[in-house]
Amino acid sequence: MSAILPPSDRLWWKQPIDKVEWAWIAIAFVWGMIMFAMMIYWHVYGKQNLSNEAYKTTPEMFAAKAEKFIAENTVRTETDQNIPVVKVPAGGDGYLIARLWAWYPILELEKGQTYKIHLSSMDYNHGFSLQPVNINIQVIPGYEHVVKMTPTKEGTYAIVCNEYCGIGHHSMLGRIYVK
Amino acid sequence: MATTYRTCPVSGLQFEDQAEKLMRWNAVAGVLWLLVGGITALLVILTRWPAIKLLPADQFYLILTAHGIDMLILWILFFEMAVLYFASSTLLRCRLATPKIAWLGFWLMVVGGIMANVAIFQGESSVMFTSYVPMQAAPHFYLGIILVAVGALLGVAVFFGTLVVAKKDKTYQGSLPLVTFGALTAAIIATFTILAGAGILLPTFLWSVGLIKEIDAQLYRMVWWGLGHSSQQINVAAHVSVWYLTAAVIFGAKPLSEKVSRFAFLLYILFLQLASAHHLLSDPGMSAEWKVLNTSYFMYFAVMASMIHGFTVPGAIEAAQRRKGYTNGLFEWLRKAPWGNPVFSGMFISLVSFGFLGGISGVVLGTEQINMLMHNTFYVPGHFHTTVVTGTTLAFMSITYLLVPVLFRREMILPKLCQIQPYLFGISMSVLGLVMMGAGTLGVSRRHWDMAFSGAPFQYEWPGAAYLMMGLTGIFGVIAVIGGGLWILLVVGSLLFGKKLDGGKVSDRPTPIPGNTQAASAVAHGSDHVPVPGTVVLALLLFVCFVLYYFVNWKYLSEVWLLS
Repeated sequence: MSAILPPSDRLWWKQPIDKVEWAWIAIAFVWGMIMFAMMIYWHVYGKQNLSNEAYKTTPEMFAAKAEKFIAENTVRTETDQNIPVVKVPAGGDGYLIARLWAWYPILELEKGQTYKIHLSSMDYNHGFSLQPVNINIQVIPGYEHVVKMTPTKEGTYAIVCNEYCGIGHHSMLGRIYVK
Repeated sequence: MATTYRTCPVSGLQFEDQAEKLMRWNAVAGVLWLLVGGITALLVILTRWPAIKLLPADQFYLILTAHGIDMLILWILFFEMAVLYFASSTLLRCRLATPKIAWLGFWLMVVGGIMANVAIFQGESSVMFTSYVPMQAAPHFYLGIILVAVGALLGVAVFFGTLVVAKKDKTYQGSLPLVTFGALTAAIIATFTILAGAGILLPTFLWSVGLIKEIDAQLYRMVWWGLGHSSQQINVAAHVSVWYLTAAVIFGAKPLSEKVSRFAFLLYILFLQLASAHHLLSDPGMSAEWKVLNTSYFMYFAVMASMIHGFTVPGAIEAAQRRKGYTNGLFEWLRKAPWGNPVFSGMFISLVSFGFLGGISGVVLGTEQINMLMHNTFYVPGHFHTTVVTGTTLAFMSITYLLVPVLFRREMILPKLCQIQPYLFGISMSVLGLVMMGAGTLGVSRRHWDMAFSGAPFQYEWPGAAYLMMGLTGIFGVIAVIGGGLWILLVVGSLLFGKKLDGGKVSDRPTPIPGNTQAASAVAHGSDHVPVPGTVVLALLLFVCFVLYYFVNWKYLSEVWLLS
């Protein structure tokens, strides 16, 4: 007669299900379908979807492309480490390297323009966490992820690393300017 | 093999000698790991509390790794082994199949657990619970976890074997009890979870000793989470079974419908293993179609299963209470429940916290696009401290108040403190989860030593509210550690100093579960239906919270930069 004994009715699968239980099952099912449809709806009509564009790469290949991009587009350097500030051409490609323990280089974007930002890691997993916007993307070594981004507000943004990457993890802070 | 059977005079439960010893040893080992996990929890909390920041970075990451392994793997797995032996040998009143193999499994888990901890505390394996490659731990870190997994797999096999023994010896008639069915669900999920774990940890071990050159970082994440997330689904199946068990023991509650509850468990088996995807939603390597299909457990069928249990567990309690005459208004059945009994209060807080906090946050976090707002933020540990802690751990703690007198034959000491412990732990841990989610919503990272980014080339100042949330995390975290520590003190104290209780009659053969007469079956057949309006109101409240919170997060998402 209880959940710790065999069902008292040996033909328990023939017992009718109460209306209230059916109703709750129906609510749960319909809600599940709505949540499922919502993700698909957002892919069609929403403006925030993570890019599907990704390629296998190696740290050497990615670094070479990024260095070329930096050499061609650097506008100035900042901080006593002379980190290059690179203006990404409007509508063009920008490269961001994640490595122990820095985001390199500093990117400069314009509000309302769409950019293809290429992300990859030179070593361990890292986490691209754009603050205070709060967009979070995993960065994995061996994969080049091409994310289309359109900044909606001017300002100075921080890139926090939010995937644990060793002892200097907390000092891995990058920067993006939006003009 | 000769063995004996003891019938507990308090509960009427029948314990086979070997199974009883194994349950005791597994439960005690679990509690000891919880102690280590609790000490590391305090150190983690006191470091992430910005005003205190106790440990230096290297020690913090070391301790955080130990906290994850000792809590998520060792405490819970050892306790689950005890649950499996209980749900098979004790509930079905039969001997345990191959106790020697069960002991081998136990000792493998002990050796493996110690080995992994030695590796961590030696300082060369601060790779976190997830140990993402290519960050490398010492070989004996991986080997330790592999041994634990093999040991657990042996325990699961003994559980399956025991079900066969019960069937063969005809110790019960008809179908398995619901609680055993739930434990069977947990064991089936455990089997493919552990195989996924072997699939990734064996090559990773070989890589750590230099026999394999490279492991793809994305592939590792996908297969590892087949272990990492699915193992949490073992916990869900196990603690839902414990909820049904508590309802049955305290109220004599029977399921509203055997068919519905069993079907919900079946949905877990069919769909929960897709949850690996929850951790890969912000990864480059998978397509959007793959993410949408898998993260929703193939269209949310496993979520539906949890919503069903969330209804049928309190519903079963309400029906049992109403049969006893607590029929006034919507909630007399709940008001007159034994709130002073920690077995019940802990179970009910576990149910509410898991549903309202852990469940809702989990579905929102697992929504493909919304995940970008929360991936790897403090929201994630906030979520799982309200699933695996207030859900699983609290359910296990509360059932222990029953197991100490029944299984260990000791009276609980300090009953007043036993009464308040579930409230102290359950409420503070729920608030902790909530403020952690608050900090995560503001962007604060998980697994991060310094919110001030000392040594970085730039500055970034978190919003003041984020510091407030982290301060509250510290305060409620410390209270939760006190609540957990109190439980360990009460349990260990009772095992050592509690009044000895009569063990009951010992026999050298099992007494089978009496079968039902035809007449009893006829009475049971649909004729004692009781409406459960109070449960309906609670369920609708959950649903409204769920829908509102879900769409609020879409609103947040619509305000960030455009991404495509």
